[in-house]
Amino acid sequence: MSLPAAATAVPPPPQKTFMQRLPDLLVWGGVIALLLIAFGPAEISKLPLLFARSENMQTFAREFAHPDWTDLKLYVGQMWLTIQIALWGTALAILLAVPLSLLASRNMTSAYAQWPIRRVLDVIRSAPDLVIGTVFIVAVGPGPFAGVMALAVNTSGVLAKLFSEAVESIDRGPVEGVRATGASKLHEIIWGVIPQVAPLWTSYALYRFESNSRSATVLGLIGAGGIGQLLFDSLNGFAYARTAAIVVVIILAVTLIDMLSQAIRSRLL
Amino acid sequence: MTDAAVLSIRNASKTFGQRRALDGVSLDVAKGEMIALIGPSGSGKSTLLRSISALQTIDPGPGEIVAFDGHVQKDGKIDPNVRRTRTRIGMIFQQFNLVGRLSLFTNVALGSLGRIGFWRAALGLWPAETRQAAMAALHRFGLSEYAGQRANTLSGGQQQRAAIGRALVQKAKIILADEPVASLDPVAARRVMEILRELNQADGLTVIVTLHQVDYALRYCERVVALKAGQIVYDGPSGGLKRDKLIDIYGPEFEDVFWEGAPT
Repeated sequence: MSLPAAATAVPPPPQKTFMQRLPDLLVWGGVIALLLIAFGPAEISKLPLLFARSENMQTFAREFAHPDWTDLKLYVGQMWLTIQIALWGTALAILLAVPLSLLASRNMTSAYAQWPIRRVLDVIRSAPDLVIGTVFIVAVGPGPFAGVMALAVNTSGVLAKLFSEAVESIDRGPVEGVRATGASKLHEIIWGVIPQVAPLWTSYALYRFESNSRSATVLGLIGAGGIGQLLFDSLNGFAYARTAAIVVVIILAVTLIDMLSQAIRSRLL
Repeated sequence: MTDAAVLSIRNASKTFGQRRALDGVSLDVAKGEMIALIGPSGSGKSTLLRSISALQTIDPGPGEIVAFDGHVQKDGKIDPNVRRTRTRIGMIFQQFNLVGRLSLFTNVALGSLGRIGFWRAALGLWPAETRQAAMAALHRFGLSEYAGQRANTLSGGQQQRAAIGRALVQKAKIILADEPVASLDPVAARRVMEILRELNQADGLTVIVTLHQVDYALRYCERVVALKAGQIVYDGPSGGLKRDKLIDIYGPEFEDVFWEGAPT
């Protein structure tokens, strides 16, 4: 096979001029400059301490290697409490997210309804659950319910956004098919929209339950109950052996939930 | 609107940006007619059908669409009572528009949404009457054995027959079919057209069907309405649609719109 062009000299590979490279250089130069500026304040110079104070690390590691299982029943009980906090936090979030997501979807409501709801969702999402948690601890006192509410508020913002993206990508044919039977708007949603988004919605909700089980652990640190509070207390009391046992329980439980929900999600899609 | 008329379109226009999809269309349809709506792509066939079931509005102005004894839409606004009128108008779509993840039975039962109680409809607690009507419709079109299957697992022809079943459960008096056979193979297409003709002749339903295949229009419908650039250019018996008229509607390559051979 010989094309006419093959007779002439082979052209050189494409080359970028300096001006074309400039944006890349600026971005990379900027990133490196930021890292250098942050070196001092972030105390990166302490990196060698990780190895220098090895006797500290050794006691830590030694006790960690021998977890203290005497209170295992308590740990498992508190872990279960944490999971229950995540369960209710996610469930309440789903209840809130379903109507909010439909109201925020471009193909469901008018722009007048969407705009304020989207802004509210943006605000809810941008507040970390730790911050919302402290607010609820002030409002309802420390304990699991504050954790539930913190998760519910933050997760409803995230889920409403994800749910509405699913709603916006549906096929409107089946919805019109239902509408043409004389169905009401709500029946159109129940029979035309929900069946289309159900697998994606379930998958998102399960994923959030997974990550809420992790978040609920962290929420314990600020007094929202569950295993996190136990972890924080034993760490503050330098009880490394107890801490180790708690960490093992947390990792096992979270991994188990992850695997379970991933198995369900892969079946859905 | 005369006594026998079930549908009356007066001076309907629809503009999409610069393009006039419908340009002052007026049409009267009598009870029990079977009408083919033909015309080249973009001539306004689908727009007209979608306007009749109020899936879209026509332009504000003098245009109005009346079905049975009530307005569907007028002056660019859909009538607030359109749902009551819609229950009596069944719509068949090119892409079937069944809800793919629901069973064939549920899809057909959805036809009763407009007449059963709100909570029953919301929760899917179909009354006995709906369940019997749904199974009767599926059985009539040879689909009863697939009643429990998800709609998207069935072939195009089966889905389209189920969509017609949904219109039957709806107890529609008018069937609007928008390119019902365009996504089907010729065997499935003929079966769907024969069902539409049977509904017209045996059940006395009024049928309006848009068709891209002119030979189907000539074979199955006694009245043909041809649209070109949003205007009605022919309205009369299918026998009167001769070669020169077809060239006028479709241009010199009019043979392309025949599946099984053009008239000479």
